[in-house]
Amino acid sequence: MSTEVIQYQPEVLVTGGKTYADVNDDVSKPLESFPTWKWWAAFGMAISALSVGASVAAYMFANGLGILGLNQPNGWGVFIVDFVFWVGIGHAGTLISAVLFLFRQKWRTAINRSAEAMTIFAVMTALIFPVIHTGRPWLAVYWLLPYPNQRGLWVNFRSPLLWDVFAVGTYFTISTVFWIVGLIPDFAMIRDRATNKYRKFIYTVLSFGWRGSNKAWSHYEITYMILAGLSTPLVLSVHTIVSFDFAVSQLPGWHTTIFPPYFVAGAIFSGFAMVVTLLTIVREVFNLKNYITIKHLEKMNMVILATGMMVGYAYACEFFIAWYSGNPFEGFAFVNRAFGPYWWAYWIMTGCNVLSPQVFWFKRARTSVPIMFAISLFVNIGMWFERFVITVTSLHRDFLPSSWSYYVPTWCDWAITFGSFGWFFMWFLLFCRVFPVIAAAEVKSVMDQPHAERG
Amino acid sequence: MSSGNSNGKSSAAGVIGYFDSPDAILSGMKKVKAANFKNFDAFTPFPVHGLEHAQGLKRSFLPWVTFFGGLTGLTIGMGFQYWTSAVDWPINVGGKPFFSWPAFVPVAYEVTVLLAGLSTVAAMLLVNGLPNLKKRTFSVSLTVDKFAIIIEADRGAQNGKYRPYSENDAIEVLKLAGASGVKAVTDSGWFEN
Repeated sequence: MSTEVIQYQPEVLVTGGKTYADVNDDVSKPLESFPTWKWWAAFGMAISALSVGASVAAYMFANGLGILGLNQPNGWGVFIVDFVFWVGIGHAGTLISAVLFLFRQKWRTAINRSAEAMTIFAVMTALIFPVIHTGRPWLAVYWLLPYPNQRGLWVNFRSPLLWDVFAVGTYFTISTVFWIVGLIPDFAMIRDRATNKYRKFIYTVLSFGWRGSNKAWSHYEITYMILAGLSTPLVLSVHTIVSFDFAVSQLPGWHTTIFPPYFVAGAIFSGFAMVVTLLTIVREVFNLKNYITIKHLEKMNMVILATGMMVGYAYACEFFIAWYSGNPFEGFAFVNRAFGPYWWAYWIMTGCNVLSPQVFWFKRARTSVPIMFAISLFVNIGMWFERFVITVTSLHRDFLPSSWSYYVPTWCDWAITFGSFGWFFMWFLLFCRVFPVIAAAEVKSVMDQPHAERG
Repeated sequence: MSSGNSNGKSSAAGVIGYFDSPDAILSGMKKVKAANFKNFDAFTPFPVHGLEHAQGLKRSFLPWVTFFGGLTGLTIGMGFQYWTSAVDWPINVGGKPFFSWPAFVPVAYEVTVLLAGLSTVAAMLLVNGLPNLKKRTFSVSLTVDKFAIIIEADRGAQNGKYRPYSENDAIEVLKLAGASGVKAVTDSGWFEN
C-alpha cells in the first residue's frame, strides 16, 4: 500500500518567518522602550479631552442636569446614546475572545487581547453615563445596587434599568476576569525577560508566579474554555437587556420585539469597526504587521459587512412592521423618523451603516488599510447616530402634539461626550504601554513548529 | 505539586531536562510516563496539545465547580428576588402575582453567570497553587521557546507501585527520552537569591 500523505496546508497566521523567541521580542518591545513622541502626543490629547469632559461634568454636578439639553418630552438624550454606544463597542471584544474561540477560529489569537482590552475600557466608559446622570455620582452605588431605602423598600426587580445594572456589572466583571486569566502566561513571559529589579517584581506579582507547568495548563485551558462558554451568552444577553430599556416601554418606535437581535447585531457591527480603527493604528505604531496581518483585518471587514447588512435588514423590518401592524402611532413614529425634523440624523445613520460597508464586497477595499480605516470611522459615527435616532426621534413627538418639541443637545452634552473618548483612549494607550497587546502564548500555539525538530 | 519539602531554604525539586519543540517533548513525555515515576510534570511556554494525554493527566474537575457555582448563583438570584418581592415587602401592582418569575429571569441569569465564572477562576487559582510565591521558574527560557520535563523528587513512602526516585536514575531516564541540559534542580522562592 502506497503511503500517500495528503498534506493539509494550514492557514499562515503569522508571517515573516518568525520564531517563538521573535514573538516574545516583538510583543514585549513596546513595553520595554521609552514611549515615542507619537505616543506622548496621543496620550496628551486623550488627557486633555478627558479634562474637558471632567470639568464640564463637575460643572454639571454643581449646577444640576438643567445644563443639559434634556426637557419634556425628551427625558432621555445624549447620555443614554453614549451609554448604549459604548456598551455596544465592547461586544466585538467578547465576540472575538469568546465566540471565535469556541468556533476554533485561530486567527483570533492576534487580535483577542487588544479587543478584550477595548471591551473593558468601553464598558468603563459606558458606566460613566448612568453614574453621572444621577447628578450625585457619589450616591450612585446606593441607587443602583439592590439595597433597601430607610423604610425597607427594595429596588424594583421588574425594571429593565435594574436588569441593566446586573447585566453590565456581570459583563464587566467576567470580561475583566477573562482578560486577566488570559494575561497570566504573558505576564510570566515579560517577567522572565525583565532585567530591571522593580519591573521584575511588578510582573512577578502580575503573573501570579505562573510557571507553565503542564498540570497547571490543563486546568487553565479548561477554565479558559469555560469562561469563553460563559461569555458567549453574555455577548447576546447584555445588549438584549440594554435594548429592553427601550423595548419594555410602551413608546412607539421603542416597543418592538426586534430590538434584542437588532441591538446585538448593531453592537457587534460597531465593535468590529472600533477594533479595526484601533488595530490599524496599533499595528502601524508598534510594528506588529506580521501578527495583525491584512488577512486578519480582511476577516474583520467581512464581519462588518455581514453585521452591517443585518442592521440594514432590521431598519427595513421595523418599517415593514410599522406598516403591517396597521398601528397609526407606530406608523407615524417611523415616517417621522425618516422624514420628520430629524431626517438628517436618520440618513446619516443609514448612509454610514448600510451603504458605506457595501464597498467591502470588493477585495481591494477589504484589504486596503486607508479605506477600511475610513469605513470604520463612518460606521462608528453611524452607530452613534443610530442610538440618537432611536432615543430622540421616538421621544420628541409623543402622543400629545402640544408637547412636541425639537431636542438639541447643549455644549455640555457634547463636552462630556468628547471627554468620554479621552477617557477611553487614555486607558487604551496605557494598556499598549504596560500590557502585552498580543497574546504571545496563544500566538505561539497556532504557529509553525521549529522545522528542524519535525519527526 | 511534589511533597519534597524539607526544613532547608532550598530543597531538591527533582531532575529537569529540556526539549526544543512541542513534538520533541511529546515523544519524550511518553518515555518518561512509561518509566513510571510517581511525580513528574512538564513546563511549556504554551499549552502543547496532546501533552496532557502523554502525561496521563485526568480531565480537570473544574467544570463541576462551574456547575455548582452557577447553581448557587441561580438559587441566590431567584431566591433574593422572590424574598424581596413576595416576602419582605410585597407590592400589589394591578393584581399581578408577587412572584412574577419571568421578570426575574434576567437578574437570576446574570447572577448565575457571575458566580459560575468567579468560582471557576477561584478554583483554578486554588488548584494550581496561584498566586505562587514559593517556587520560582527553573529557567527563563521556559516562557520563550524551551520545553522541559521534571521528574520530581519524592521522598515520601514508596509503596512499590511506582519506580523509586533516585537522582541518577531520573537523569538517565530523561537523557533516554531525548532531553538536553539534564540536571538536578532545587526549589527556591521568587524573591530569594
